[in-house]
Amino acid sequence: MSATAVAPATIDLSGTQPTPFSRLLRTEFRKTYDTRSGLWLLISIGIVTALVMVIQVSVAIAQDIAVSYNDFLTSTTFSIGFLLPVLGILLLTSEWSQRTAMVSFSLEPRRGHVIAAKMVVGILFAIAAVLVTLALAAVCTGIYGALSDIPADWDFGIKQTSFFLLLQVIGMLTGFAFAALLLNSPAAIVVYFAYSFILPTIFGIGAELIGWFADIHPWIDFNNAQVPLIDGSVSGEEWAQLVVTGIIWLVIPLAVGIWRVLRAEVK
Amino acid sequence: MIEVQGLTRTYGTFTAVDNISFSCVPGTVTGFLGPNGAGKTTTMRVMVGLTPASSGKVTIGGHLYKDIPNPGRHVGVLLDASAQHAGRTGREILELGATTMGLPSSRVDEMLELVSLTPTEAKRRLRNYSLGMKQRLGIAHALLGDPSVLILDEPANGLDPAGIRWMRGLLKGYAERGGTVLLSSHLLHEVEQIADEMILIGNGKIVAQGDKKTLLAGAAAKGGGVHSYATALDNAALAAALTAKGITVAGAGDGLRIEAESVEVGRAALEAGVVLTDLRGGEGGLEDLFLELTAETQREAIS
Repeated sequence: MSATAVAPATIDLSGTQPTPFSRLLRTEFRKTYDTRSGLWLLISIGIVTALVMVIQVSVAIAQDIAVSYNDFLTSTTFSIGFLLPVLGILLLTSEWSQRTAMVSFSLEPRRGHVIAAKMVVGILFAIAAVLVTLALAAVCTGIYGALSDIPADWDFGIKQTSFFLLLQVIGMLTGFAFAALLLNSPAAIVVYFAYSFILPTIFGIGAELIGWFADIHPWIDFNNAQVPLIDGSVSGEEWAQLVVTGIIWLVIPLAVGIWRVLRAEVK
Repeated sequence: MIEVQGLTRTYGTFTAVDNISFSCVPGTVTGFLGPNGAGKTTTMRVMVGLTPASSGKVTIGGHLYKDIPNPGRHVGVLLDASAQHAGRTGREILELGATTMGLPSSRVDEMLELVSLTPTEAKRRLRNYSLGMKQRLGIAHALLGDPSVLILDEPANGLDPAGIRWMRGLLKGYAERGGTVLLSSHLLHEVEQIADEMILIGNGKIVAQGDKKTLLAGAAAKGGGVHSYATALDNAALAAALTAKGITVAGAGDGLRIEAESVEVGRAALEAGVVLTDLRGGEGGLEDLFLELTAETQREAIS
């Protein structure tokens, strides 16, 4: 505020820069770990990932089972595969459950920028989680190779690593998309898990029983379309299926959700 | 300067804000007064772009809120002090605001000191805050960016009497330095001591506006009339003396409500030899006006 006694009736905006995206990123990044619940979610993602691998390496050594570096990465279906989507969901829904969206959107009325910042933070966390996972898997493979009679299998290429990264980013973004659509933490988490665990079974039964459904099934089941990424080789048709199912389960919910957030009244 | 022009907001068939216009001038505190559900909060939410207007518009300093870059540096907003993450510390909430606005951490310390939150209190999580502490934090948040306009919804809610006095001083000083303040309340006495201008709203419509004098004059002209309150050692004798002069008297608590100026009551008491223990003019005129003007929207019937 100016020190003059009479302030002008209009505000001079020429000296004010719009809030740069980098500052929004910093704010949104900070929000992920500045509460106990947020911090513990991040810590537990690390702990669970490590724990699953420790169990895996112990069992493999004790029972002389052959495991590869690749197998250690696949085990993350039960750790970051679960928890990154939850992180993606909470990044967005906590603004509504805690009603902080009122503050966020009054400090940055360009709501799309705030949501984009959250999405970028989610992607950065997915990348970080993948890096940690790669390191943990390397440690486990090393331990396995040293303690087991079976030699360590390090076979894992750049292509598979990038597929693995893509999988985790897709998982996080799918959670984010459901969150944008529902704007409610419990609802988004329940719907996400139903989509991950119940829907594939229903799709499977449908494909078994109904002839025509078996034909369209690969083009509507996003979970199924991601399997080639896990296996490490994707054919041209499988890429097409990944894109089509991704539009259905990721792009459309995200677009509808964001469109709603941009227009909705923020309570 | 806040300029509200023909603002309407409807929800289906319900009209929350019905074609209201007013302006808040720099260097003044404007009180936005009305019973619960009168449309105060909706109006303030439209001001900062959280609720879209059905028609009409609000400009702040000549701009739509959404067109103001880094708006926290120009407009301080407090809509709901409880709308913060319960798990964050008070200090962290301000740090987040400062980060978005591009302010140094030292600004957070300054604001905490300004609103008298101690470093220990600032380290506590919001869920452990009393409503009064949340309000102080909310005011600190609104002032972070050193704005020239303040929009505060029910800021005195939950403050203790000392806190209300502190806030009154703070906002008066802020306005004297050229700031524009709009604050809402459903409590008349909170607003009348601090506001230079008052806007009374009921049922989504502005029912009266102006400074206290104008409003009181309006109330008297409307037939509210002058009146005073008196308590005497012998109320019955005083009532009889006044009634004999043709003045209407009614019981009010321990004393009497008299439809005449206090000087008339004093004269009657002197003549009748009645000892007065309390005599004051009808300062309640504003309150009567407020209740009367907003009567249709009151949940309780007024006798």
